[in-house]
Amino acid sequence: MKIEILGTGCAKCNALLENTRKAVERLGLEDCTIVKIQDFNEIARRGVLVTPALLIDGAAKVVGRAATPAEIEGLLEEAAGG
Amino acid sequence: MSREWKTFGAFLAVFLVAYYLPLSNPSVQAAILEAFRMLQWYARNHTLACVVPALFIAGAITTFLSKEAVLRHLGPRAGKLEAYSVASVAGTVLAVCSCSVLPMFAGIYRVGAGLGPAATFLYSGPALNVLAIFLTARVLGFDLGLWRAVGAIGFGILAGVLMAVIFRRDEQARTAAMMQLPEPPPARRKMWQTALYFGAMMLFLVFSDWYHPGDVVLERTDGLRIQAVMLQETRDDVVVQLQQPAANLEAGDRIRIPKREIASIREVRSWVMEVYDRKWRLAGLMGLAVLLMVWKWFDRAEVAEWMRNTWEFTKLLVPLLFGGVFVVGFLSKLLPDEQIAAWVGTNDWTSTLVASVIGCLFYFATLTEIPILQALIEHGMAQGPALALLLAGPALSLPSILVIRSVLGVKKTAVFTCLVVVMATVAGYLYGNLVKGA
Repeated sequence: MKIEILGTGCAKCNALLENTRKAVERLGLEDCTIVKIQDFNEIARRGVLVTPALLIDGAAKVVGRAATPAEIEGLLEEAAGG
Repeated sequence: MSREWKTFGAFLAVFLVAYYLPLSNPSVQAAILEAFRMLQWYARNHTLACVVPALFIAGAITTFLSKEAVLRHLGPRAGKLEAYSVASVAGTVLAVCSCSVLPMFAGIYRVGAGLGPAATFLYSGPALNVLAIFLTARVLGFDLGLWRAVGAIGFGILAGVLMAVIFRRDEQARTAAMMQLPEPPPARRKMWQTALYFGAMMLFLVFSDWYHPGDVVLERTDGLRIQAVMLQETRDDVVVQLQQPAANLEAGDRIRIPKREIASIREVRSWVMEVYDRKWRLAGLMGLAVLLMVWKWFDRAEVAEWMRNTWEFTKLLVPLLFGGVFVVGFLSKLLPDEQIAAWVGTNDWTSTLVASVIGCLFYFATLTEIPILQALIEHGMAQGPALALLLAGPALSLPSILVIRSVLGVKKTAVFTCLVVVMATVAGYLYGNLVKGA
């Protein structure tokens, strides 16, 4: 599973990254990479306009806010299951 | 640079200032006093009535207004009229913090409505946040606040359309990516309820910020009568601008009078004053209405989210604003009046152009443009250049030009920068000569 965190280095972006790390750790996901993307062009290329954003395998799951670890766990399980 | 290093850098800067500040130098002493005087003026006059309620509104905008709904109108299939008009006012909802403007600009350009609307948004967005508009109107005068908003919207559209026309052959192969916007969460309230809630909050701010015309007849203890506009009041003294010549003073002069030298101050009546006298009752009424609506229509989790977002903004903006006020107060005492008057002291083309070029290159941290301009105006900057700086300032800076270049390429960025300078100059010139010059 490929997880991308899109953000330009604001406080909310860092919070989202932290929360995602926590969620991944708690679920004990083995084969999953977290990538942080800060470049404006890269962010735009993914079609995301509002940062921070969380993408799982290229699909935007969270946009414009820092989701809680619990919510991210739910999203990850959903993506892994489906 | 990591956050720890930034903190260390800040400590080091404070240390060096503390170590080397020549405290025995009288002009440095005056500057320190001025810094605290300006800080007190903001604390007494603007904090509770303007900054605090505006922060709550900013928090409410991020919590309860859906960015997705606005951004849908800036998508690839949006009509031209729709895209430009939404882009020009979208800043009020989308640009609550100026740090979010650039990524949205890049997104609108790449996967959304294209170059024109993106340029419009980039130009008008940063100027249109609630706090910036109200604080500008309060600190720099109602006219400048109004024309800042009008100029940002009008010239933003013009800049966008011109960009689209100039580069019409150049509509590059757009990225195939789709705009990824999650479905907006289901509405918790009817549209009119949300509208009423925001309306009441805005009216609270309008009343609590109600413009004091400041026309006073002031009598000094030595018997001199002065007809003037009140500009600034601190605990110990007032600053007024004369409307009629008195004794050896001319109309238009600004003077600082210690309060112990004032025998009486009488206000000149008008309907604006009538509302002003009742402003806290009117604002209080609106405040109660907001509380009632929150209690009836919102659940606990939503209110908590609203408070959390408000606090986020507070943490972000308050240090910038008040730190900015303090530093500007200090530096403004050390500024040479003659230099400012020579560069930007009149409403002619040169002054306005200088102001907009400076505004274009210089980086203003969110909201600090207001105390900076206040200091410059006190030191003799004219109204036209002031508006030019307000329009060009937040839209562009050297760092943001570099980022925009990475999105648009060198040619488009250069044209856009020139457009911003030209528009700000023209707007400032017209304002200085037609609106203010009469």
